[in-house]
Amino acid sequence: MRLLPKEVESLWTLFTGPTIWAVHFLVCYVAVAIYCEKARTGPFTFAEMRLALVLVTLLALAGIVLSAWLAWRQWGFGSGDPPHDAPTREDRLLFQGFATLLLSGLSFVAVLFVAVPLVLIEACQP
Amino acid sequence: MAAPLVLPGCAGGQSALDPAGREAAEVYDLFVVMVIGGGVIWLAVIGLLVHACRRRRRTWSEEGAGRLIAWGGVAFPVVALFALLAYAVWLMPSIRPWLDRSVPEPAMIDVTGEQFWWRIRYPAEDGMAAFETANELRLPVGERVAFSLRAADVIHSFWIPSLGGKMDMIPGRTNVLSLLPTKTGVYQAPCAEFCGASHAYMAFSVIVMDTKAYDDWRRRQAAGNRPGGSEGERLFAHHGCAGCHSVRGVTPVAGLGPDLTRFSDRRTVGAGALANTPENVARFIRNPSAIKPGATMPAFDMLSQGDIAAIAEFLTGRP
Ligand code: HEC
Ligand SMILES: [Cu+2]
Repeated sequence: MRLLPKEVESLWTLFTGPTIWAVHFLVCYVAVAIYCEKARTGPFTFAEMRLALVLVTLLALAGIVLSAWLAWRQWGFGSGDPPHDAPTREDRLLFQGFATLLLSGLSFVAVLFVAVPLVLIEACQP
Repeated sequence: MAAPLVLPGCAGGQSALDPAGREAAEVYDLFVVMVIGGGVIWLAVIGLLVHACRRRRRTWSEEGAGRLIAWGGVAFPVVALFALLAYAVWLMPSIRPWLDRSVPEPAMIDVTGEQFWWRIRYPAEDGMAAFETANELRLPVGERVAFSLRAADVIHSFWIPSLGGKMDMIPGRTNVLSLLPTKTGVYQAPCAEFCGASHAYMAFSVIVMDTKAYDDWRRRQAAGNRPGGSEGERLFAHHGCAGCHSVRGVTPVAGLGPDLTRFSDRRTVGAGALANTPENVARFIRNPSAIKPGATMPAFDMLSQGDIAAIAEFLTGRP
């Protein structure tokens, strides 16, 4: 008898999208906060920092798209219909793929929402 | 249908729905867009509900229902929320022109919130001297004004609903707000952050005037009162009022309480608590805390009726 199965099935891939969203949110928030606190002493301008954050945003979106594509593949490119609730390994995999795909979509939108103020607000409040 | 009956209630000198300034107009536009947008979405959702409850129903195919959910439940909310968010964020710099630092701080009108009144300092401008006043703000129409906002004790909030959004006054900090009044008139500005027992009696009047009248008022204010040698004037100094209140031109400078120079120009007594009449001024002097609980001015009920009446006469009479 063994306590752990030979191959650990992991749920972690499920959280790729939300994790990227959280990291992106933190990076944007912290970068702007620190920049605005030290605005007069910083070595770069607000526009440069914003450009850097736009790149971070594109990277985050690319990461989420990648995770979505992997999930889509895991889900068999939509070959079967949800809910995938049979107690089989096959269904667990499909379920996880489908759930990851949905979460990736949500994270994609959330990252865009976080980025909107970044694009439209142009300076620090004095 | 009820709108014509209900909407007049939204007019008046303390309503964000009756804008008299550029910033308030932007807030109003945002409000209207949100209400109409929200209304349309609400109607659509209720429409779907009615559709789902209809009597003789032909069921939707699974595919059709899936498409409806994907478009109506996912795509539409994402796009609509994105658009509303972008619109609101885009509007922000014009609603709150705090970034406009074209006015250097010394040229701003300085307003300090104190329990439970407003200290107002006008800067020197166009050959007119700087001066302090209280509880009443006068502004020229069509000119952008900037305020530096402070608090002396606890947090207060500066809000002239007819002219723009609110801005907190925080001890140890100077916040900046800039407003552009577009219509002459008299407006009310309540303190918008709970600040103690008389928070509800902490307001100021805002009078937006045409430029000429405004300049005249400034000149008169800066010049101060003319000493008249009245009994009330003497008693004002004699009973110690002048230890806390300045009446420029008549008493030495004192800064603990509101400046009372040309007090007769003011519309209210006690930062909006009462109308400015000799009777109300006398009532206020006799016992400020009876009118404003927790007011920091001591009661003067030991003075004779006659003395109080004379002082009230002095304050509300010709300056
Ligand atoms: C210890 C300082 C102090 C003394 C002495 C004092 N006051 Fe005051 N007075 C204040 C303060 C503080 C306020 C603001 C109260 C409030 O509105 O919360 C005030 C408010 C007023 C107001 C209302 C001002 C406005 O713009 O609405 C009048 C009028 C007034 N005092 C008259 C007098 C007279 C007359 C005396 C003398 C009999 C006097 N005060 C003595 C501190 C003082
Ligand atoms: Cu207050």
